[in-house]
Amino acid sequence: MTAGVTGAPDREGAAQPSRPVASAAPPAPEKQRRRGSILGSQPLGMVFIAPYLVFLGIVFAYPIVFAVWMSFHDYFFAAPGAVVDRPFVGFDNFAKVLSDPAVWRSFLNVGIFLLINVPLTVVLSIVLATALNRVVHARTFFRVAYYVPYVTASVAVVAVWLFLFAENGLVNNVLGPLAPTPSWVINSWLAMPTIAFFVTWKGLGFYILLYLAALQNVPNELYESVSVDGGGRMRQFFSVVVPGVRPATLLVVLLATITGANLFTEPYLLTGGGGPNGASTSPVLLIYQRGIEQGNPDIAAAIGVILIIFVLVIAAIQRKLVGGEES
Amino acid sequence: MKRALGSKIALYVVLSLGALFFLFPFYYMIVGSLQTKVDPSIGGAFPNPANLSVDNYVAINDRINLLQGLANSGIFTGGVLLGTVVFGVLAGYALAVLHWRGRGVAFGLVLLVQVIPFQLLMIPLYVMIARDFGMADSYFGMILPFFINSTAVLIFRQYFLQLPKEMFDAARIDGAGEFRLLWSVALPLVRPALLTAVLLTFIGPWNEFLWPFLITKEASMQPLAVSLANFISNIAASTANPFGAMMAGAVVLAVPAVVLFLLSQRYFTSNDIGSGVKG
Repeated sequence: MTAGVTGAPDREGAAQPSRPVASAAPPAPEKQRRRGSILGSQPLGMVFIAPYLVFLGIVFAYPIVFAVWMSFHDYFFAAPGAVVDRPFVGFDNFAKVLSDPAVWRSFLNVGIFLLINVPLTVVLSIVLATALNRVVHARTFFRVAYYVPYVTASVAVVAVWLFLFAENGLVNNVLGPLAPTPSWVINSWLAMPTIAFFVTWKGLGFYILLYLAALQNVPNELYESVSVDGGGRMRQFFSVVVPGVRPATLLVVLLATITGANLFTEPYLLTGGGGPNGASTSPVLLIYQRGIEQGNPDIAAAIGVILIIFVLVIAAIQRKLVGGEES
Repeated sequence: MKRALGSKIALYVVLSLGALFFLFPFYYMIVGSLQTKVDPSIGGAFPNPANLSVDNYVAINDRINLLQGLANSGIFTGGVLLGTVVFGVLAGYALAVLHWRGRGVAFGLVLLVQVIPFQLLMIPLYVMIARDFGMADSYFGMILPFFINSTAVLIFRQYFLQLPKEMFDAARIDGAGEFRLLWSVALPLVRPALLTAVLLTFIGPWNEFLWPFLITKEASMQPLAVSLANFISNIAASTANPFGAMMAGAVVLAVPAVVLFLLSQRYFTSNDIGSGVKG
């Protein structure tokens, strides 16, 4: 640890102007550093972060362990304080979950959601962010307009979509004879796509801002070299912008996947509890129904564990497809 | 030259269509909330003075207590803001400025937390907080899982990192304690970060539905998002103008967050979000 004491090891240190370590360091802090060397030069930091770490322990670490434990035991709700036996049951809960067609349907629904939401989100937010990056006037207005759905409560905007997409709502009145029967949220083919469109609309502003930040890192010379070569705006877009923001794309795809795996409010309210007939049930809605409504928290925990694995697998596949920083 | 102008116009057309697409539902929300008699026809999208009133606001307030809902949302959000500003700032400062053993591990934990979705924790948290701790239908039970916002911790850290190290060293040589340093040197310099983090933290609990929905069964304890959702799924059908009343409730729920965002949006730049997410 001695190297750490004198060198003040932090990865961020590289960004700061480097100071001569041994010769010019003032004597006072040097002494202070040596005093607290076992716990670091400012052990007070541990006190500062302690409340946050306790919070993480109660609200994240313990519940995760508890969830996994629950999924391998016969867990049920009991009166507070009652001592009950909750035997280890191995993979029984998982077997029950995997033989339940409703669970398969909910994961299929997430798949449908991702197939619509992810490409739509990536394409629309890159296009709008690129356009926004090029304008000078009314930039703030557009930025704010795109972001407003993101800061508004899902419950409030779901209410408007229910109004817009009702059987005799505005959307169907505009479409006239093209309106689908049965209507959007009560049509088993359209319920999940409607949710996917809704979530895309609501979250797009956030992703546009992410891309806007990424675009600031694309060097101007790249655009210029394309125009020197005689390439137009389209060439620029595909050969400079799209590859330039690839790390952001990976992040957007990952965040959209996590969002998709965690749908609850939309199937609960927009399609009236995952209807019609489970065609828009999400795994989290099932966790709620099985765990809390029907009182089987062990089954619900098992669905949760499977959902984590599902997300990790999808994320790994996407990483391969989109390519990380290395490609 | 002509071509450049054409492409500029096309640019604004694309952006304006986007803005229309994002803003129209909000416009329609307000129009719908003021229609005495629901009018979903195309003409109904334009307000008709003969059909405007605040009847819908009165109607929904008869069924769910809007003020009580707003107050509950306010207490829930206020508790989270307090926890995040006090303990989140301390954590961000410890991660950015102070050197102590285990800092790298602690920072890794903060990043890890970002990828764990809350929904996966909901069953164990429900068992713990509602059953074991007996905190169902209480503000404390509502606030606990959100008490310190981890994204805000990352934003605080990012901003503290940007402050020059020499400044801290100089103040320490002058004999300033770490609390003094944080309070009167570092905090005044990161005021924009505080605003960004407060806004980000605000929209979390204000808009949160799932957790307070699980933990509150008593109507008098429910935040507005929960009571509005109950209204939509159970009560709306029995009112004279269900969609109108729903839109009125939606406006009341949406306005505080949207107004706060509009007031503070100039502090809310894309770079902050980028740093918050990238860590």
